[in-house]
Amino acid sequence: MSKRIDARNLNVYYSKFLAVEDVNINIEPRSVTAFIGPSGCGKTTFLRTINRMHEVIPGAYAEGELLLDGDNIYAPGVDPVNVRAMVGMVFQRPNPFPTMSIRDNILAGHRLNGARMSRSEADDIVERSLRGSNLWNEVKDRLDRPGSGLSGGQQQRLCIARTIAVSPDVILMDEPCSALDPISTLAIEDLINDLKEEYTVVIVTHNMQQAARVADKTAFFNIAGTGKPGKLIEYDDTSTIFSNPANEETQNYISGRFG
Amino acid sequence: MTQTASAEPKKGSALKRSRGGAAGDKVFSNTALAAGVIILLVLAFVAIFLVTESLPALWPQVFSNQDSIASADTFGQYVLPLMGGTVLASIIALILATPVAVGIALYISHYAPRKIATPVGYVIDLLAAIPSVVYGAWGMTFLAASMVPIYGWLHNNLGFIPFFAGDPSTTGRTLLTSGVVLAVMILPIITSLCREIFIQTPKLHEEAALALGATRWEMIRMTVFPFARAGIISSVMLGLGRALGETMAVTLVLSPGVFSLSLITSGRNATIPSEIALNFPEAFGMRQSELIAAGLMLFIITLVVNMIARWIVSRHKEFSGAN
Repeated sequence: MSKRIDARNLNVYYSKFLAVEDVNINIEPRSVTAFIGPSGCGKTTFLRTINRMHEVIPGAYAEGELLLDGDNIYAPGVDPVNVRAMVGMVFQRPNPFPTMSIRDNILAGHRLNGARMSRSEADDIVERSLRGSNLWNEVKDRLDRPGSGLSGGQQQRLCIARTIAVSPDVILMDEPCSALDPISTLAIEDLINDLKEEYTVVIVTHNMQQAARVADKTAFFNIAGTGKPGKLIEYDDTSTIFSNPANEETQNYISGRFG
Repeated sequence: MTQTASAEPKKGSALKRSRGGAAGDKVFSNTALAAGVIILLVLAFVAIFLVTESLPALWPQVFSNQDSIASADTFGQYVLPLMGGTVLASIIALILATPVAVGIALYISHYAPRKIATPVGYVIDLLAAIPSVVYGAWGMTFLAASMVPIYGWLHNNLGFIPFFAGDPSTTGRTLLTSGVVLAVMILPIITSLCREIFIQTPKLHEEAALALGATRWEMIRMTVFPFARAGIISSVMLGLGRALGETMAVTLVLSPGVFSLSLITSGRNATIPSEIALNFPEAFGMRQSELIAAGLMLFIITLVVNMIARWIVSRHKEFSGAN
């Protein structure tokens, strides 16, 4: 399952402060889209509006429409809890539940939905999710050990496994490799490549090489200055963005002239 | 072959010269050590005092010129009912206070908007500032009287449970009333400690739960409670410690008597601290030893309770998130 994402005139506010202004973007299903841009340009903020996680911060709200296969997640009466069950998220720092075993971490999402399942069904989900995140061979003998005992890269793949265990339609990744070493980063990037077979993947990254390696399309965000809102400057095929961008700001950013 | 120059080891290196601040380091470490030793010494002296003074009561044939203690045939007969009453009152207090305290703490830390959370927190802390004698007076005059109809109802409807059997009190000065007063007294301790711990739950874990599609309550169950588990137990144990040792409030509220499971009858049950407070001024000789020995038993109960709490906390160490 995967869904397309369309943002229409989306503005994101932190109380009175306009953080991201007027985003219009169409993200195809079964693709990887990277958001790049300097710090504070609103790429993470916009990413979090796709599953309404920005609302965790008191006073944050969004205006406009964000459509998942045509369903506006900001329509009145939409429960953010349902949105988040459809749109999974992987965070900057690995955050497996420290009090749960590896197995329970994977099953956490299913337990939330109150799904009654037999032991063998649960085993299936655990194995499928861990294989899906290329972690199965490393942890299959210690599923009952705490997830916090794994290395950083393994923990991050455990978090991805936890996310795909509930078969979301979209997977959001907020700088998933920024706390990892190059080898673990490579493992995650390979995984992202596999994930797009089944999911719509959106990734925020500070690493432009990473965007060039994993993304089909890339969106460049920028701010005019401190206190000004972030804007989507350019959105195109990754190869176009990195070889022949239409906008001068994009050209300056990817060539390292600022940011 | 190329010749690389290597440095000869120097004599009188600058690294060996001591910097001025080193003395401060030494002073601090010695002060800390001294403080630790003093605590241990005080504890040891209290324990020695308790044991030596209670020996005549514990073993009258050897350590006194009497055959038995003053108030009963054996020390066990004297102290066991008191221990029972003490533990019973404290358990009532815990059962009543813990869910309320955890609920208030959660409300302050995760539900209430900041404008409300801060004043509610202050009010709870104020409860801790009320002297226990005031609680006692309130329990005796106001709470006891208003509990009387409840006791009647409990007896009529739930009288088959041993706790609510027996004649319902007409004054309300029963063990259950004492338990309720103790519950109010330990409420702020448990609440403020739990609140501190709930607030410290890593945002990262809370967001992980929310991003999986957890509701706020599910997020609390998945991340806040497991994270705070050890802290909740410690705070409950601190509350229990206060309830076990609370003297003044129980002394004022409870009309004491022999041990009984009936919680709603006056003139039943007594607790060790109030027994000591009521009788110590006029006690001498064997009677004094009895009371001190009862104090020793209270000391042991508290110690055992704390050990159990530590054991519970350490059982799930690996999964605590501390690694």
